[in-house]
Amino acid sequence: MLKIAPSNGDNIETVQGGLPIWGATNTRRPTVSSASDNIEYYDEDLGFFARTLTGWGSIVLDGIMALGDFSIFAYQTFVWMLTRLPKKGTLITNFHQVGVSSLAVVALTGTFIGMVLAVQSYFQFRQIGLETRLGGVINMTLVRELGPVLAATMLAGRVGSSMAAELGTMRVTEQIDALSAMGANPIHYLVVPRFLACLFMIPALTVMADFMGVAGGHFYSVNILDIDVHHYWHNSAKFVTNFDLFVGLFKSIFFGAAIAMVSCYQGFNCTAGAEGVGRASTSAFVYSFVMILFIDLFLGIALDSIYFMYYPEGASLL
Amino acid sequence: MIEELFESEQPLVEVNDLSVRFGAQTVLRNINLSIPRGQTVVLLGESGCGKTVLMKSTIGLVKPTSGSVFFDDENIHRLNDRRLSLLRLRFGFVFQNAALFDSMTIGQNVAFPLRQHGRFSTEQIREMVLSRLSEVGLPDSVIYKKPAELSGGMRKRVGLARALIMNPELIMYDEPTTGLDPIMSDVINELIIRTRRRNPVTSIVVTHDMNTAKKVADRIIMLMPAHRLNDNEPQMIFDGTVSEIESCRDRRVQQFINGEAGERLMELRASRV
Repeated sequence: MLKIAPSNGDNIETVQGGLPIWGATNTRRPTVSSASDNIEYYDEDLGFFARTLTGWGSIVLDGIMALGDFSIFAYQTFVWMLTRLPKKGTLITNFHQVGVSSLAVVALTGTFIGMVLAVQSYFQFRQIGLETRLGGVINMTLVRELGPVLAATMLAGRVGSSMAAELGTMRVTEQIDALSAMGANPIHYLVVPRFLACLFMIPALTVMADFMGVAGGHFYSVNILDIDVHHYWHNSAKFVTNFDLFVGLFKSIFFGAAIAMVSCYQGFNCTAGAEGVGRASTSAFVYSFVMILFIDLFLGIALDSIYFMYYPEGASLL
Repeated sequence: MIEELFESEQPLVEVNDLSVRFGAQTVLRNINLSIPRGQTVVLLGESGCGKTVLMKSTIGLVKPTSGSVFFDDENIHRLNDRRLSLLRLRFGFVFQNAALFDSMTIGQNVAFPLRQHGRFSTEQIREMVLSRLSEVGLPDSVIYKKPAELSGGMRKRVGLARALIMNPELIMYDEPTTGLDPIMSDVINELIIRTRRRNPVTSIVVTHDMNTAKKVADRIIMLMPAHRLNDNEPQMIFDGTVSEIESCRDRRVQQFINGEAGERLMELRASRV
């Protein structure tokens, strides 16, 4: 039912002599008034497809652009970090903010996770008469996985979102522009100290979480579930190697870097207004957490293959 | 005679064919501007016409889409970070809401540029900070306060003190009197004039306030938002002295300086921007 025939004169182009040239504007679709319902329907359908496609296209494009922007941001941070260290005063403030202030909450999380692990695994292990192996399981889980990941999660929630909110507010109130205007580089002045603080403090916090988790697990298993102390620790020592401790701490450094970069990036790209700052701090946490999970999986796979190179038979619970 | 003096020298700021676009939105279009040393230029225009963007791209805070800006024969947007931050010692920028660092005290705020670049002793810094603060009419006791504890007018004066502390060659004021009472506005105007009298600085003042414009300007430039113009119309619709702007025949200029809405509300309703 395609009918490319203009009904009113506006689709007919005339040459100077007055002779109409049909189809001179044939790239134009038939107008609504002249087109039959069929064509109109078809048109709208095409529009819908085109809209969906361009919608997807722009999502992909925006994603690639944001990734590129983020990479440049991270690159600049590295360059500035290597060219000149920030002033001692700013460094100490940030280290305190990230490390010391997070200590209590990280320790608390660690303790409870250690105890919860004991509670959750005790029943199954007792059924097969292996409750003394609990030490190995709890401590391995803590040192390798839960210690670093939970320390990083707490850090992302406590420090990451506050960084994003703080830098976001500075962006919105032109304080970041003011820094540039006074000849200070905002990345050097604001991002580098925060990045260094996260990088260096997160292994320390992970150690704290590990330690408190081990202590909590010990407390619950030995004092409450009455597992033999000697066997609890004997099995732990047999099962958990230095390599496991290293894996946890090694991963945590990457978590710290990811938290700092993501949060500072969100803060720097904050949109105006209270809503923008709120969104920056929320997405700082969400993206940091997603990054933590991704890094955890991929580093876990990579480090596991190294582990099996050194200990081909692996650790055995039995 | 003054005119001749200006002409004999190289302009301090030269903007060539500057365009700035944010996404699909054109903010500035082919702006050409040259500002000689010692001149006080007032940029007028309705909100959103790109005054602040023009000023920010002059010191390299906003990257232009095309065109170039020269400050004392150096292309601002071609410099690397280090050279640019050295060059920025010669600028002072007074932000609209002062943009004081709210994690620092007033004293630390004003001392910030000195600490960033200068090799001054703590005693010298303290002395310079106190003298700058007293110039803008603030008592010594204020240095231990946080920006949040000060009123808007006081914060603006602290911002001015901070911008002046390195004795810049070019000072930019972003809406210095917006949100202040008439007396405080006039205090700020006086400070702008006095700063200029004391040392031979070049100033760019972005404002909506006709009183400020009339009082401080050597030269007034009026911008029009790009989206309200046809493609070939220049965005700078006026460039001249205070007396010239008062006798200017352009309807848009007259409307602005007399503060008449005219048909504007209808236009705003009709436009979709």
